[in-house]
Amino acid sequence: MTTSLQPTPRFADPALAGARRPARLQLGYWLGVLPFFVFSGLFLIGPALILAYRSLEGPEGGLTLDNYRQLASETVMSAYGMSIRISLTTAIIGGLIGFLVAWVVSMGGLPRPFRSLTTTFSGVASNFAGVPLAAAYIFTLGRVGVITALFEVFGIDLYRTGFSLYSFAGLTLVYLYFQVPLMILVILPALDGLKREWREAAENLGATPLQYWRHVALPVLMPSILGTMILLFGNSFGAHATAYALTGGFFTLATLLIGQQISGDVLHNPGLGYAVAMGMVIIMGFSILIYSILQRRSERWLR
Amino acid sequence: MTITTTPAPLAAKAAAAGTPARKNRFWSWLIYVAGAVYFLTPLAATFYWSLRAEKGKLGFEAYRRLFAETDFLPAFSESLVNAVAAILLSLLLIVPTAYWVTLRLPKLRPVVEFITLLPFVIPAVVLVFGLLRLYSRPPLLLTATYDSSRVLLVCVYAALSFPYMFRAVDNGLRAMDVRALTEAAQSLGAGWPTILLQVIFPNLRVALLSGALLTFAIVIGELTIALFMAQHTLGPYMADLTRSKVYEPSAMALVAFALTWAAMGMIAYISRERRQP
Repeated sequence: MTTSLQPTPRFADPALAGARRPARLQLGYWLGVLPFFVFSGLFLIGPALILAYRSLEGPEGGLTLDNYRQLASETVMSAYGMSIRISLTTAIIGGLIGFLVAWVVSMGGLPRPFRSLTTTFSGVASNFAGVPLAAAYIFTLGRVGVITALFEVFGIDLYRTGFSLYSFAGLTLVYLYFQVPLMILVILPALDGLKREWREAAENLGATPLQYWRHVALPVLMPSILGTMILLFGNSFGAHATAYALTGGFFTLATLLIGQQISGDVLHNPGLGYAVAMGMVIIMGFSILIYSILQRRSERWLR
Repeated sequence: MTITTTPAPLAAKAAAAGTPARKNRFWSWLIYVAGAVYFLTPLAATFYWSLRAEKGKLGFEAYRRLFAETDFLPAFSESLVNAVAAILLSLLLIVPTAYWVTLRLPKLRPVVEFITLLPFVIPAVVLVFGLLRLYSRPPLLLTATYDSSRVLLVCVYAALSFPYMFRAVDNGLRAMDVRALTEAAQSLGAGWPTILLQVIFPNLRVALLSGALLTFAIVIGELTIALFMAQHTLGPYMADLTRSKVYEPSAMALVAFALTWAAMGMIAYISRERRQP
């Protein structure tokens, strides 16, 4: 097994891979990909490396882990905690709802046009994050929003019941607007990969639909479902624009904390700011890594 | 085919299963309608709000006021130019790289795939943090003037598009026989620029357009990076508008939604056209 994510056997033999070509040609190939590497170094890897380096730098120079030790401070921990809570909640709820909707459009017996309608809408909604989404929710469920007003007509004051759009519950509701569609988009191909023969074989052996799901479909789908939920986790964990537009940047979230640190050293310690940023990169890196491992595992069955 | 292999008991069961199937369909509709209500309510509510800008009657006054705002169209056109520049830059970088990696340097594939995933690993707010630290002092001073910051912004947007662009181009390259096309072109005496521009690019049309439109949807209203680089683009402008005006932001949210819908609808349209030649 090769280590690449998607092996391409057609080009994998060494003669085509340039192994036996003259050195001059080899150099030519490298020149073809050089701009990409230089560019990535300047605008993706460079910025990450400088943050990594600065996060390890003490106030008087020299390398130290002090900044990472200070991550345990209350400000940082409450921001990380809230980010993780919101990301977990929206990943699990969004994952379950997205899975249900994907299942309904792929094999629930709805008319065919609903499927392409759903995928196109999901493509739109999963990219509809940021300011416009926050604005739409302010007009819907904000203090004077249309739905808030509708509730008042029925004698319910939403904001008296403890609900607020600018709270954990509100942010969760808003984030689900891009989380659910992302789940639908990623999980639909996996559901399509369930082979009809498996269901027929199970039914021929006398399995009930429940048994089929419990013993065949879910075990095959599980890596995809878990992997996509982890992808959703990262998607929400790194989100900044929506929360910024909704709360003006003053809510306890890791991304908003970094934003405040950029505008003015709110942590009163630049080094700690770099460590907070690197902590996010590490958490995101782990979630993407687990996602790609699980995705590769699910490809074994769902091709 | 499946009918002939279906054993008699199963066929009988399927025929008798009219009621459960209808029951299943009921649940399907219920779930679907619940989802539709969740997704359409904010749009409907925002639309209703946007119609109420004039006292006492419903109308499109909010939209008229939005387009009459002095800063709206400049911010929009600036974002438009940035998006187009970022898309072109991204294409220029990704197409040759994906082509070379597919054809000549397959060993580099995992590395390239890893790098194109980096925008998912580094959140935008962290990326801009690093960029400001890297480019705000000599020898790499790029944030000194508005225009140099803008160049930096376009470069970052191009980098943000890598995950989408690389995957789109890579899928496109897999769908055709790159090697045969390349060798055919070479045997006819074409050089590398000709091969890329006249053979590979045209065959990748659909993939490139999808990647470009997706990039457009992501970049056109981008807030975080533009905000911290103090750029007067659509994202920061919309955030300001949301805080300062009452009705215009609702019109703006729906215009943004329509723009995203247009980009995604075009992707769906061109990729469907390709599947039925």
